[in-house]
Amino acid sequence: MRSFSYERATSIEAALQAAARNVDARFIAGGTNLLDLMKLEIEKPSHLIDVNGLGLDTIEKSPEGGLRIGALVRNTDLAADETVRRDYGLLSRALVAGASGQLRNKATTAGNLLQRTRCPYFYDPNQACNKRQPGSGCSAFGGVTRQLGVIGVSEACLATQPSDMAVAMRALDAVVETRGASGAKRSIPIGDFHRLPGDTPHIETELEPGELITGVVLPPPVGGKQIYRKVRDRASYAFALVSVGAVIHPDGSGQVAVGGVAHKPWRVEDAETELSKGARAMSAVLMEGARPTEQNKFKISLVERTLEAVLKEARE
Amino acid sequence: MQFDKPATTNPIDRLKVVGKPIHRIDGELKTTGRAIYAYEWHDPNMRYAYGYPVGSAIAKGHVTSIDSVAANNAPGVLGVVTTLDVGDLQKGKLNTAKLFGGSEIQHYHQAVAVVVAETFEQARAAAHLVQVEYAPEKGRFDLRVELVNAGAPDPSTEPESSAGDFQTAFAAAPVTLDAEYTTPDQSHSMMEPHASIAAWNGDEVTIWTSSQMIDWWRTDLATTLGVDKEKVHLMSPFIGGGFGGKLFLRADAVLAAFAAKSVGRPVKVALPRPMMMNNTTHRPATIQRIRIGAEKDGRITAIAHESWSGDLLGGGPETAVMQTRLLYAGANRMTAMKLAVLDLPEGNAMRAPGEAPGLMALEIAIDEMAETLGMDPIAFRITNDTQVDPENPERPFSQRDLIGCLKLGATKFGWDEREKPATRREGDWMIGIGVAAAFRNNLVMPSGARVKLDRNGVVTVETDMTDIGTGSYTIIAQTAAEMMGVAMDKVAVHLGDSRFPVSAGSGGQFGANSATSGVYAACVKLREAVASKLGFNSADVVFDNGEARSGNRVIALAEAAGEDGLVGEDTMEWGDLTKTHQQSTFGAHFVEVGVDIATGETRIRRMLAVCAAGRILNPITARSQVIGAMTMGAGGALSEELAVDTRHGFFVNHDLAGYEVPVHADIPHQEVIFMDETDPYSSPMKAKGIGELGLCGVSAAIANAIYNATGVRVRHYPITLDKLIGGLPEVA
Ligand SMILES: Cc1cc2nc3c(=O)[nH]c(=O)nc-3n(C[C@H](O)[C@H](O)[C@H](O)COP(=O)(O)OP(=O)(O)OC[C@H]3O[C@@H](n4cnc5c(N)ncnc54)[C@H](O)[C@@H]3O)c2cc1C
Repeated sequence: MRSFSYERATSIEAALQAAARNVDARFIAGGTNLLDLMKLEIEKPSHLIDVNGLGLDTIEKSPEGGLRIGALVRNTDLAADETVRRDYGLLSRALVAGASGQLRNKATTAGNLLQRTRCPYFYDPNQACNKRQPGSGCSAFGGVTRQLGVIGVSEACLATQPSDMAVAMRALDAVVETRGASGAKRSIPIGDFHRLPGDTPHIETELEPGELITGVVLPPPVGGKQIYRKVRDRASYAFALVSVGAVIHPDGSGQVAVGGVAHKPWRVEDAETELSKGARAMSAVLMEGARPTEQNKFKISLVERTLEAVLKEARE
Repeated sequence: MQFDKPATTNPIDRLKVVGKPIHRIDGELKTTGRAIYAYEWHDPNMRYAYGYPVGSAIAKGHVTSIDSVAANNAPGVLGVVTTLDVGDLQKGKLNTAKLFGGSEIQHYHQAVAVVVAETFEQARAAAHLVQVEYAPEKGRFDLRVELVNAGAPDPSTEPESSAGDFQTAFAAAPVTLDAEYTTPDQSHSMMEPHASIAAWNGDEVTIWTSSQMIDWWRTDLATTLGVDKEKVHLMSPFIGGGFGGKLFLRADAVLAAFAAKSVGRPVKVALPRPMMMNNTTHRPATIQRIRIGAEKDGRITAIAHESWSGDLLGGGPETAVMQTRLLYAGANRMTAMKLAVLDLPEGNAMRAPGEAPGLMALEIAIDEMAETLGMDPIAFRITNDTQVDPENPERPFSQRDLIGCLKLGATKFGWDEREKPATRREGDWMIGIGVAAAFRNNLVMPSGARVKLDRNGVVTVETDMTDIGTGSYTIIAQTAAEMMGVAMDKVAVHLGDSRFPVSAGSGGQFGANSATSGVYAACVKLREAVASKLGFNSADVVFDNGEARSGNRVIALAEAAGEDGLVGEDTMEWGDLTKTHQQSTFGAHFVEVGVDIATGETRIRRMLAVCAAGRILNPITARSQVIGAMTMGAGGALSEELAVDTRHGFFVNHDLAGYEVPVHADIPHQEVIFMDETDPYSSPMKAKGIGELGLCGVSAAIANAIYNATGVRVRHYPITLDKLIGGLPEVA
């Protein structure tokens, strides 16, 4: 870890100004991802702006009848919120499927959305990684890839976005609210928020330098059966090999996003029209164009089988 | 004392203290955070500096240059010691890979430098500034590819054995199996990382470290530092787990010693977790071929077990065939091990080396064979039980109750509820149960101790034995209390210090039986000293209730000790009972699993181990060994695998996020039963090892349960869902 300076911002404006002054600065929320990466010198900020004191830690009804979740709401608090549990069960279930109790107590909504990949080659500074060092190459390509992405991948990067929460938010059509360096507000639909790697895998989201996430807005409740199914090698405390977040309505229609397969929560709205024909039909469209490796091609059938189980659960 | 005749009745048999469920005497220190582990040692008069290691970025080749100018100039830095600075060092006798020194790189993350600074954070930051240039060379990293080059390992490993004529008998057998099994590289991944503090005083060095084997470390550290062994003082009073990963001298101690010398201050060095998998040792992967031939009635007529593994040049094989020499009957048999040179990190002992991966394969093969024969797998094992070493039938087992373990376990576990493969369902869970035999040889090692009696009647034991979380402190105190006839609160135990008599140390499940036997021997000396001081005839003195009694004379031990106290010191040495009698430990593992019909996720539902391992010195600490081992077996069956990057030659998943050991949620229910046994051939304690037996066979029992649940036979560990889903039924 390199030495860095640290400040506690007391207002959104102050945080934005501090970020604008120093291109090397990072916001720090729970610190559960950023600090780990700093210890390994995968992240090397010279300055940290603590955003825990910005008052962005409330959950409120939105004027449209949805829910506005502050960027600093802890994962534990969000999962336990009465409205979330009643109207957005998918989100609550996805959150508690992630990490551990201790981590969720610290982890925040914005930090969770921005957590970085768990690709082991990204984590080993001796290995080439276009995400860590643009242009250095991708050592995962041709290496150990069992956990890595199967769809939307590129020659430059096979990494996945590992957040469980983001999968639920994608299925629920959340919108990320931000303030840019100039102070301007932006609303970014979650589907546009994370990017595919292309040949710039180090650029992971639509955020501009110094842009601050202030909250996430969920549309009015959509009802339906809300199911989050996370598949992993051990019962807890492991990232998903594949996860399925789904809202299934009584008429068989629904919204489905998949985790563990791509550089972003994977959702193909066109595929959802196949839902009534069953998991096989839907996942054929959902996973069309997948480019798995020998080691992770099982994820293709795993998506289908998991979706099948989710649809079965929705019928019960 | 020489143990060369079977034990007769001795003071341990009173079982007033030994064999009792006594809680760990060091438990309170541990649960309250007051047990001082290596890195935490703190003497307020010392100004500790912190060392941070730098590991090689390549797997094979040479370091051509190291630029440490920037690191040296970084804030707080006191010095940088590089592998080029120290030059070639003499390697410890028990190390395969060198730990430090010279330009050659033998494996990934081999230590190339240590940066020393005032604080840990400064040392870590500066470590990233060290610029190392390499001349890489092509290495051999893929066991499967190197099979063609595999040769016979060193004869001292006894790589081959045979009896009768396997080929002919196998060809003639009406029922046969010929299958290949693989086990992956595995990591010890104990909780406490390797850590050392070194402090020089003139030409003498004191090392606080985390070591299972004090004397081995001391000897090899002296060799590597090029100093006289007498100048090295090692202390390791508390150890946060080892599993074999701390048997042999490790880089942290060497780096700390060089760093401390260089900066003239005591230096602390711990291996960061992401360096542990590639810098240290691991259990090597194996490829195993098993052939079994049997008569239709289930009697094995031919059995062969071959195993291939790899290691650095000069290393040894994973001895995965050893149990097959002894576990089942059969007149015609052969075993063989082949070793390939691999440029991966050093392969070496991990809990139950040999038997653990060997049984992972053999006990699936037995399950498969039973099915082919149409026999219950327990009945098949019982049919092929042997009470003698099947390769040398004149050698009996000292004791062997595998059948008892299997039968009792079957009753307790509800084995007769087992159904045909892929039959039992509970909702979306396919349910199955499996069994495997547990087998691990009982080894003994010379072990010394010193026992002091003071004027307060307190008995103090000193031995360089270690407690790696196993309960050594407690069972040693129980042994001394029993022998001297005092209560537990009159016994103090000091361990893990090279100033104390050399003991067995902790490894190979020889620690408990050997070390308590050493304490027994020392106590016999102390009892003689008491008797002779009191003018008693030592043969008929009774030590009880804090007193020595002879005839109608009764003297308190405190009084007997007098102002100067009394001392007994001895080492238990072993005669040839292990040669005349095969000494092994036995058990049976039963497991019930559920496999998700959609995703193929396997979740263990309950586990039972029945163990026959001689006298159980303390059922609490013994149980804790077995449940820990069962947990390790669950990891080995379902998730643990060091993933090899065969291009760059390293274990990719080198942290605890990527190397998945079981979490609590994976282990819902465990039960352990000990058979009521004493083995007079093992030692005066009549005890045997238990810490490794608990692991042997667990993974195969899980594999067999998965087969019973799903009808899918997986022969390649770990049994992850991707190996199952292809064979599972449609979800709907
Ligand atoms: C052992 C372990 C296991 C885990 N398992 C899982 C799992 O199973 N599933 C899962 O989903 N996650 C898992 N996680 C990840 C965990 O969810 C994330 O670490 C956590 O959500 C990050 O939140 P944080 O507030 O601590 O973020 P931080 O570490 O504080 O920040 C993360 C990033 O977000 C940026 N940031 C933070 N707040 C803002 C803001 N308001 N605006 C703009 N940028 C901001 C920071 O600059 C940084 O780049 C695991 C983590 C660990 C350590």
